[in-house]
Amino acid sequence: MADPIKLYPSKPSKVYFFGTCLVDMFYPDAGMAGIQLLEREGIEVIFPQDQTCCGQPAFTSGYHDEARAVARAQLGLFPEDYPIVVPSGSCGGMMRKHYPDLFKGTEDEVRAAEVAGRIWELTDFLLNVCHIKLKDAGEPTTVAMHTSCSARREMGVAEVGPKLLGQLDNVNLVEQVRAEECCGFGGTFAIRHPEISSAMVSEKVDALVDTGAREFVTTDCGCLMNIHGYAEKNQKAMSGQHILSFLWDRTGGDKGERS
Amino acid sequence: MSDTARHSPHHVDVKEFHPRAHEALHNPQIRQNFRKAMDGLMTKRKSAFEGWDLETLRDLGANVRMRALANLPDLLEQLEQKLTENSIKVHWAVDGDEACRIVRDICKARDAKTVIKGKSMVSEEMELNHYLKEQGIEALESDLGEYIVQLAEETPSHIIMPAIHKNTGEISKLLHEKTGTDLSNDVEYLTAAARLQLREKFMNADVGVSGVNFAVAETGTLCLVENEGNGRMTTTVPKCHIAVTGIEKVVPNLEDVSALLALLTRSATGQHITTYFNMISGPRKAEELDGPEEVHVVLVDNGRSSIYQDDELLDTLRCIRCGACMNHCPVYTRVGGHTYGTTYPGPIGKILMPHLIGLDEGRHLPSASSLCGACGEVCPVKIPIPDLLVRLRQESVDGDKLHPAKVRGHGAKRNAVEAMIWKGWSWMHAHPGAYRFGTNLAARFRMLQPGKMGSWTQFRTSPKLAPKTLHEQLKERGQ
Ligand code: SF4
Repeated sequence: MADPIKLYPSKPSKVYFFGTCLVDMFYPDAGMAGIQLLEREGIEVIFPQDQTCCGQPAFTSGYHDEARAVARAQLGLFPEDYPIVVPSGSCGGMMRKHYPDLFKGTEDEVRAAEVAGRIWELTDFLLNVCHIKLKDAGEPTTVAMHTSCSARREMGVAEVGPKLLGQLDNVNLVEQVRAEECCGFGGTFAIRHPEISSAMVSEKVDALVDTGAREFVTTDCGCLMNIHGYAEKNQKAMSGQHILSFLWDRTGGDKGERS
Repeated sequence: MSDTARHSPHHVDVKEFHPRAHEALHNPQIRQNFRKAMDGLMTKRKSAFEGWDLETLRDLGANVRMRALANLPDLLEQLEQKLTENSIKVHWAVDGDEACRIVRDICKARDAKTVIKGKSMVSEEMELNHYLKEQGIEALESDLGEYIVQLAEETPSHIIMPAIHKNTGEISKLLHEKTGTDLSNDVEYLTAAARLQLREKFMNADVGVSGVNFAVAETGTLCLVENEGNGRMTTTVPKCHIAVTGIEKVVPNLEDVSALLALLTRSATGQHITTYFNMISGPRKAEELDGPEEVHVVLVDNGRSSIYQDDELLDTLRCIRCGACMNHCPVYTRVGGHTYGTTYPGPIGKILMPHLIGLDEGRHLPSASSLCGACGEVCPVKIPIPDLLVRLRQESVDGDKLHPAKVRGHGAKRNAVEAMIWKGWSWMHAHPGAYRFGTNLAARFRMLQPGKMGSWTQFRTSPKLAPKTLHEQLKERGQ
């Protein structure tokens, strides 16, 4: 599933940023936080304005022609050899793992494989390529973390979030039971099988609440929407944030230290 | 009743997945039984692999199975030849019905009235018990779990632990009602009581039917893994033994078995070894004291050769039926095995059943997954289950011009409205100008965002559109 060995590049001067459609419309703050974290590391961030969506929703729904058309529109946006960073394990997984298969046998095959090879999940990139050092500027707090299934299994970054949060002196990270279990989002799964999905997310919310934390962070906006939305509707004392927003806020934003 | 029209009393409509899921989700006992059992199995598996290089072992397992499948036709020929040399009679069946008829004919030739059965998923696939009953032959399950399921007139809900949906109290009540044992929560007592009843049946059974875990082509050996000794008795006490197996169970050599066996028991129940491992290489020889007089093997195709034709779907046939994918599946854990309505439930069922029953019948199976990947992560032979689910989703909506759909019943899930929505979605996301226009507009008029969004907001609040998209914010920043 996850790449057994990752060959991290050395820290570049420039990266492309692929924002993802959910970040774009619902959580632009997470995108901004990610960009600013990179900039604070001295990296120039290029955001191709013509980006839209990685194509995953259609892909996992079985509409591969439709997914390919959308994915193809992204392939031309990263002409230079810079890494492409994505603030989402799920879209990262789509682009890194599934693009090569999706374009196999087409004239875009080589281009898709080339782009796929440059895709990085952003927290992984911050930790293992930028070797970021975070300095906590916040009040003491307790948080739980939910790593999305695609971040965990497709992108192999399950260890990354906890390591980043571990750098923050005032943050007490608590582990939920069955941390590796899916929250029940699964894109259109949540809509096609609402009852099963809700059974999954209700247990996930219970597990998070049981940690004693009142907030959780996650690598993916899909899970965030699902877990936070369920907790909110059912008035559970648990609210969520994208891990990038959390990291940016905790480290003092603009005023944070540059490593 | 004609063979094709036959339906077991348990026959359930696969298409009724949603209502069955609803029922299971609202049954606290079922929820609790499964959660508890699956948590236990996950923990056991984990500790069974402690100290092992699991990834290397899985690679080995995958390679053994891939090598076997790469030469499947030749291996089957070799197997047939070796089995025949070992005086085991080989039969080929295209589908479950033919396999049933073969078993019946062997029984009839011996004038058999009673059959004792070891655990075999292929026989479930064939609905053998029901068929034999119609033919006036009594078939009794000898595996404890299967026996319980049979007493309850149900079907197995798991491929390794058929009665996992029941707790001790329910089993005690069932045994009490059907066989008169005392009500008890003592598992030892219940097991002993059931065992006693079964042992009696063994002595009088005319024919024993079993499954096969691995069939070794090089030596013509049938390997059978089990814990209770029932399998051993099934294959040795009656005068005639019939083994039924899918054609994919063949492996080249005995060494291959050791790798797979190590993976199978640890993945399935977390055991390092099982209590019994039977290797059957022929009927009783003149000087031997026990064993059957005749041994038959029925090699069942039932859709497998059509899976074999496709380079990608072929991976399905690597399965060694350990059940680990079910134990780790968050959907299976919530809804239980019966919800699927198929012989093989859970992740393996979702990728195997569409071939056996067609995608028209099994159209809901590939979509009933969040694609979390837990199944693929634990599969000891590295079947890329999530990828195969996506492939079958594509087949079920006929969604790809590049690769024409192949699976029987493909396109059954396609509906014009949904297809139109994806077309529109695709057009908008392939045209950046249109996308930006649309998303900016949505952000501007976000006050008009509907509070209700179908099944999403039934259980959750709706996500709120941000006042400015990331695109806009960055444009203002000059990026
Ligand atoms: S698909 Fe893999 S995990 Fe599932 S039963 Fe088969 S071998 Fe075991």
